[in-house]
Amino acid sequence: MNVVVCVKRVPMTQEVDLEIDASKKDVSKDMLAYVLNEWDNYAVEEAIQIVEKFGGAVTAVTVGSEDDEEVLRRCLAMGAEKAIRVDPGDLSLDGFVISKILAEVIKGLEYDLVLTGVQADDDNYGIVGSMLAEHLGIARAAVVNHVDIEGDEANIKVELEGGVDEVLKIRFPALLSIQTGINEPRYVSIMGIRKAAKKELQVLPVTDLGLSEDDLSARTVVEEVFLPPETEGAEIIEGDAATVAEEILRIMKEKGVSV
Amino acid sequence: MGTIFVIAEHRQGELRDITFEMLFKANTLCKDLSHKLTAVVLGGDEALADEIKKWADTILLFEHERLKNFDGDLYKEVISGLIEEYEPFITLMGHTSWGMDFAPALAIKTGYPLATDCVDIQVEDGRPSVIRQIYSGKIFTKVSFRESKSYLITVRPGSFTPEEIGEQEGEIIKKELPSDLPEPSKEFIGFEEAGAGELDITQADLLVSIGRGVGEAENIEVVRELADLMGGVLSCSRPIVDKNWLPKYHQVGTSGKSVKPKVYLAFGISGAFQHVAGISGAGTVIAVNKDPKAPIFRVADYGVVDDLFNVVDALKEKLK
Ligand SMILES: Cc1cc2nc3c(=O)[nH]c(=O)nc-3n(C[C@H](O)[C@H](O)[C@H](O)COP(=O)(O)OP(=O)(O)OC[C@H]3O[C@@H](n4cnc5c(N)ncnc54)[C@H](O)[C@@H]3O)c2cc1C
Repeated sequence: MNVVVCVKRVPMTQEVDLEIDASKKDVSKDMLAYVLNEWDNYAVEEAIQIVEKFGGAVTAVTVGSEDDEEVLRRCLAMGAEKAIRVDPGDLSLDGFVISKILAEVIKGLEYDLVLTGVQADDDNYGIVGSMLAEHLGIARAAVVNHVDIEGDEANIKVELEGGVDEVLKIRFPALLSIQTGINEPRYVSIMGIRKAAKKELQVLPVTDLGLSEDDLSARTVVEEVFLPPETEGAEIIEGDAATVAEEILRIMKEKGVSV
Repeated sequence: MGTIFVIAEHRQGELRDITFEMLFKANTLCKDLSHKLTAVVLGGDEALADEIKKWADTILLFEHERLKNFDGDLYKEVISGLIEEYEPFITLMGHTSWGMDFAPALAIKTGYPLATDCVDIQVEDGRPSVIRQIYSGKIFTKVSFRESKSYLITVRPGSFTPEEIGEQEGEIIKKELPSDLPEPSKEFIGFEEAGAGELDITQADLLVSIGRGVGEAENIEVVRELADLMGGVLSCSRPIVDKNWLPKYHQVGTSGKSVKPKVYLAFGISGAFQHVAGISGAGTVIAVNKDPKAPIFRVADYGVVDDLFNVVDALKEKLK
């Protein structure tokens, strides 16, 4: 069972006062710390658990710059056998272009399953997995929170809105976009990452893939980014913790919750 | 005169809210652009189509055994055929689990550009653009499309509030599925209730809710004590359940429970749309978060910018 898993490195933006950069098309990222996208972390763990059980190998793929190799090394430390980074140069990337590039790379690999995360934590499109499946011409399922493999098919659960799962059987080859909580991603130590440095990390310039200009031209364009419009929002309760606590209890009482 | 498509989403015989939200937005767009609104109902029956009559000029209804359950491959095939036939200016679909499955595949099959998870849609000089939220809702962005004959958009649930519109009587047109349908690539087994449990957070008057800001599993007890002291019920955001720190039946949000307490106390929850969609029925929301820019403050009634543990400790102190 060979599994390809597609990953992305994303900035951590919680608790950060984000600023719009000079181009007005993104936030300034100089001060941000980066991680493996949360959804992808679960996808990598799922891929590794599958090959631990059924044999085969995991290949991790990303489209990104040299800095993004950090997340590939993490995948290698988690147990992937090989990693591939496609260097897009200064192409402007959207979900379409990324899926096109990934498809071209994955076509040349042997695989039964392709896993992606449901979405990336930065731009939240949730678009690459399903586009990639269509380029590859394989079966797909989105928002998968359970995978149970039997031979060349799997029983899976697709998470729907309202706390309902849809139980399906899917035949391989297939692409699944993986939802958080499907497993418990393993801990990766600095030592583990160092050890994995010996594993193969292949770098491919996008120009080597033979994709046409049209294949590499984005379908959507970010015109501008901006701070959320000032709405009324919450009334901020000021003061020291004791004052705040008193005020919260007063509001609760006013709203009919007596404590 | 052009047309705007809305792909209806329904499950087990019921239209989902997102369908009406899209119909409402499409209606305003159609008025501005003098376009016709065409709703597409794959599966379901005439009774279901009747429910959207007043929103649409035309309803294309496909009744077929194979459409009894959602099938993303069939959606892709049938809708791409309809787009060729009717050449809609825009096709709206839900940014839901099912929409995430078929919409991007449809974009590849038709070759038309797609923007997903949009919270607003504008049309200027005959070209649509969309508003989206990025970085967990801390930043907004305006996205345009490469010029095209037809545009595809998925809409974030809860972005539009359907209001009464003038009565109209849409015409229901029954359509046949094409004969050369692809073999199904998936087999539907059934639906399963996720996260049933002994506790029902939807019945609580007071929910004391924790998010990833709680930091460590051990810290949950600190907040649980507060919930007990207040006579409230403990609930949480998704990452707490993903980490197995609390059972699924504590989870609030689109993939958890929709709750309606008199007071919802949110500690260390950023306010992702999938979370806040679950608290729209709450009477009063009080959010405590270290980050003054956390999106939860845009939906809360009251906010406290502080470390949640300072506030939790102070509340306990007052209650003892
Ligand atoms: C298909 C799908 C379905 C989903 N369904 C749901 C759902 O049903 N429910 C749900 O909740 N999510 C759901 N999500 C996930 C959602 O997108 C967010 O990832 C999630 O809600 C984030 O949870 P959080 O706010 O607890 O964590 P984070 O976004 O990490 O936020 C943590 C917050 O805590 C604050 N903080 C940190 N430390 C402290 C401290 N000491 N004191 C005070 N504040 C602190 C930070 O400033 C931050 O704002 C879903 C996602 C997808 C893709």
